Amino acid sequence: MSILDSKIPSGPLADKWTKHKNEIDLVNPANKRNIDVIIVGTGLAGGSAAATLAELGYNVKTFCYQDSPRRAHSIAAQGGINAAKNYQGDGDSAYRLFYDTVKGGDYRSREANVHRLAEVSTNIIDQCVAQGVPFAREYGGLLDNRSFGGVLVSRTFYAKGQTGQQLLLGAYSAMNRQINRGKIQSFNRHEMLDVVKVDGKARGIIARNLVTGEIERHSAHAVVLASGGYGNVFFLSTNAMGSNVTASWRAHRRGAYFANPCYTQIHPTCIPVSGDHQSKLTLMSESLRNDGRIWVPKKKEDALAIREGRLKPTQLSEEDRDYYLERRYPAFGNLVPRDVASRAAKECCDAGFGVNKTGEAVYLDFATAIERYGREKALTEKISNPSEADIYKMGAAVIENKYGNLFQMYEKIVDENPYKTPMMIYPAVHYTMGGLWVDYNLQTTVEGLYATGEANFSDHGANRLGASALMQGLADGYFVLPYTIGDYLSKDIRTGKIPTDTKEFDQAENEVKDRINKLMSGSGERSVDYYHKKLGKIMWNKCGMSRNEKDLKDAIEEISALREDFWNNVKVPGTKDTLNQELEKAGRVADFLELGELFAKDALDRRESCGGHFREESVELDGAQKGEALRDDKNFKYVSAWEYKGAPKEALLHKEELNFENIELKTRSYK
Amino acid sequence: MKLTLKIWRQENANAKGAIQTYPIDGIEPDMSFLEMLDVLNEQLINQGDIPVVFDHDCREGICGSCSLQINGEPHGPDRLVTTCQLHMRKFNDGDTIVVEPFRAKAFPVVKDLMIDRSAFDRIQHAGGYISVNTSGNTIDANAIPVNKENADDSFAAATCIGCGACVAACKNASAMLFTSAKVSQYALLPQGQVEASERVLSMVEQMDKEGFGNCTNTGACEVECPKGISLENIARMNREYLSASLKG
Ligand SMILES: Cc1cc2nc3c(=O)[nH]c(=O)nc-3n(C[C@H](O)[C@H](O)[C@H](O)COP(=O)(O)OP(=O)(O)OC[C@H]3O[C@@H](n4cnc5c(N)ncnc54)[C@H](O)[C@@H]3O)c2cc1C
Ligand code: SF4
Ligand code: FES
Repeated sequence: MSILDSKIPSGPLADKWTKHKNEIDLVNPANKRNIDVIIVGTGLAGGSAAATLAELGYNVKTFCYQDSPRRAHSIAAQGGINAAKNYQGDGDSAYRLFYDTVKGGDYRSREANVHRLAEVSTNIIDQCVAQGVPFAREYGGLLDNRSFGGVLVSRTFYAKGQTGQQLLLGAYSAMNRQINRGKIQSFNRHEMLDVVKVDGKARGIIARNLVTGEIERHSAHAVVLASGGYGNVFFLSTNAMGSNVTASWRAHRRGAYFANPCYTQIHPTCIPVSGDHQSKLTLMSESLRNDGRIWVPKKKEDALAIREGRLKPTQLSEEDRDYYLERRYPAFGNLVPRDVASRAAKECCDAGFGVNKTGEAVYLDFATAIERYGREKALTEKISNPSEADIYKMGAAVIENKYGNLFQMYEKIVDENPYKTPMMIYPAVHYTMGGLWVDYNLQTTVEGLYATGEANFSDHGANRLGASALMQGLADGYFVLPYTIGDYLSKDIRTGKIPTDTKEFDQAENEVKDRINKLMSGSGERSVDYYHKKLGKIMWNKCGMSRNEKDLKDAIEEISALREDFWNNVKVPGTKDTLNQELEKAGRVADFLELGELFAKDALDRRESCGGHFREESVELDGAQKGEALRDDKNFKYVSAWEYKGAPKEALLHKEELNFENIELKTRSYK
Repeated sequence: MKLTLKIWRQENANAKGAIQTYPIDGIEPDMSFLEMLDVLNEQLINQGDIPVVFDHDCREGICGSCSLQINGEPHGPDRLVTTCQLHMRKFNDGDTIVVEPFRAKAFPVVKDLMIDRSAFDRIQHAGGYISVNTSGNTIDANAIPVNKENADDSFAAATCIGCGACVAACKNASAMLFTSAKVSQYALLPQGQVEASERVLSMVEQMDKEGFGNCTNTGACEVECPKGISLENIARMNREYLSASLKG
């Protein structure tokens, strides 16, 4: 049996999950009391898993680097969460959600995993409502929906622009109930720095108490990594400042294969970069594309005049604007998937049509929507002959109700009123589809080590559809892992507590301490941020929205040289046995410097364009799709899973061939 | 812009802290307040000094990590924003800016500008949830319609980010705005009714245990709250508390 056994259950697609659940071994309630589970991460994936496993009776320890589980990065998700409820009666079904996700992922995900995700999606909404998550509702009191990119139905549930916040507070409340019962111990301001393996199985972690600097040992019968994505390898991204790859990367070094590291999502609607001081980028939710129209000036001279401040966008007539997504993709228009929208924006700006000072921005315009909503409102309120000002006012109120917090955020950052002048947006790194390789049970290639949420690679293929990450995180944590991990733990009912005074723990702890000492002993020439920014530039320029062989090869060399420089010359002030934010950053950047190299290697290996991975060498040469990405199913219909072998560029490729039994592989067309 | 920063430095929870002065130059109006502190820290590191510790993560006003008292005001002079969303264009060239941690007995300083807000977590452990298991068989989400107004008010209360500015703004260091926002979110939903009395009693009891002060209705919390959490929540919690106490 190959080590990459995906363990997909046999039988028809729609029956696999039910059948699997029925065949899985269970742990009786009395025995659960003797079993410990460590969960690294308290975002949607970790928080939901912690609460559910604790409800079931396991002893759970959670870890997060923030001061409270409630601040995990999931809190920042804005737009919504998908579920195949079909409340709108617009033809939605689990099958359609499954189909959209596989197609949206450009046929690079596992059918069985995605189908399971679609099946349990409806339970998520029921569960969240029961927990008191205040989703948006219609006047009749029922739940409201909106639509997101890449689909033709309205299946996205939302809570204004704060859906992630509300869902995470829901999971956190479920955790609180278990903390109150003593079933969850939550270790906040703790960072996991290694996985401890005993006889090949994950049996604990080494963590640093970020307040005291103490290095701690924690043991368990199984370890779950729900530590989020690694978009910060680009330095600038929409991720939280602390988001990192450390937990996953440390696990990778201990034998967990890393899958599809090059699959990154560059989100089309973010606030453009304003200067060198920039520390992070801010997303403007995709939901805005429901009502906003994206355009650039038709004439280059107008774009130039706008850039130089001689012309205002509102002065350009309709004929002088190029609504390029509506033009190029009439079927999906402004709601094409993210990768397609991002590349189109880059093409416009590269061709000289960009609209801000740096030339790297396009417009997202709400004037049409404000007018349309204003007129609708006038009709329903029976106002005859409304003035233009009244229409504007009523329309703007509708927009404010839908996206108020996003508009406010934009105004605070850019200092312009988006109700009056179009927003400026540009693509930014947002999400990583790649992550730890897991089988159908969400187990990595290390026994007893599981990965859930954004930290795994499993459900989104080469491109994630909007509102599907929240769905996946909660599906994994509430409804999948609690079953599949039980199957593994059922073999541990007689094991007893895992001791931490063993040579395996000694060794792991010593390695962690050595690494910290080494980080503290750099010659002290340059700050951690200096290296992080440099790495980010290499990644963005050479492994970003479009990639080619030469750049990728250069990137591998440049990153490995930068890594060497880092280890010799980084400056980490302060001491290791106190709260030291520079030391925390240094450890994370050191891991990014390894991951970045593997990322480039993976992108180099994949000589096809698929989803978020666009290789300049692989485009359609003629026909209706000319210039669009060209996928190569004959040679690349696989998941690449990399085995750690020392330097990242030495990593060994294992391929998991993807089989499509239920969906016909097609060119992904949104025309 | 050229500025003078007066920043609270404190080695750890037990050490004595003091204000230190740092001149800084080259600050641009488009920078956020935290990006300005990044510039200062880069400068301190390059000079061989220890950088200033402060809490932050999302840098977009949603995680509730950032918590600076700027010129005496939690989250600074702008309204309805967190520290991370405050931009330097709100200041003038030549300004002196005093930066301290949020001050409250229940929020001890961890280091420099970083505080310990675990008291907020404990208030929520005490009852900030609805007791429902994840069985996968809960009733359909649309089985109980919720009046839109209540749903919207519940959502508005639930947008509290747990930053603690309300406590820092209050002369009594009261946590009423925070606690009442939590209580209100559930009190306004049918799902939250079953445990409503128990919830409000336990959460208020924990709040008192943590050493937060009493509410004397000055309303400073509402003014400084970056999420516009309304004082109506406090009134609602008081009603809930009263009726729960009468039942009990
Ligand atoms: C701005 C923004 C908006 C988004 N909007 C949407 C949306 O509308 N819909 C949607 O579906 N998706 C959205 N996404 C994506 C989605 O939010 C994330 O993919 C998802 O929330 C990830 O959840 P998670 O639980 O896997 O990880 P996270 O929420 O990132 O949690 C990671 C956890 O791991 C902990 N951690 C990490 N490393 C360590 C370590 N070494 N030691 C200890 N703890 C550690 C952290 O403390 C944290 O608790 C958005 C993302 C962003 C950035
Ligand atoms: S009520 Fe407002 S000020 Fe207080 S914690 Fe919540 S968001 Fe912060
Ligand atoms: S850093 Fe998250 S709210 Fe300011």
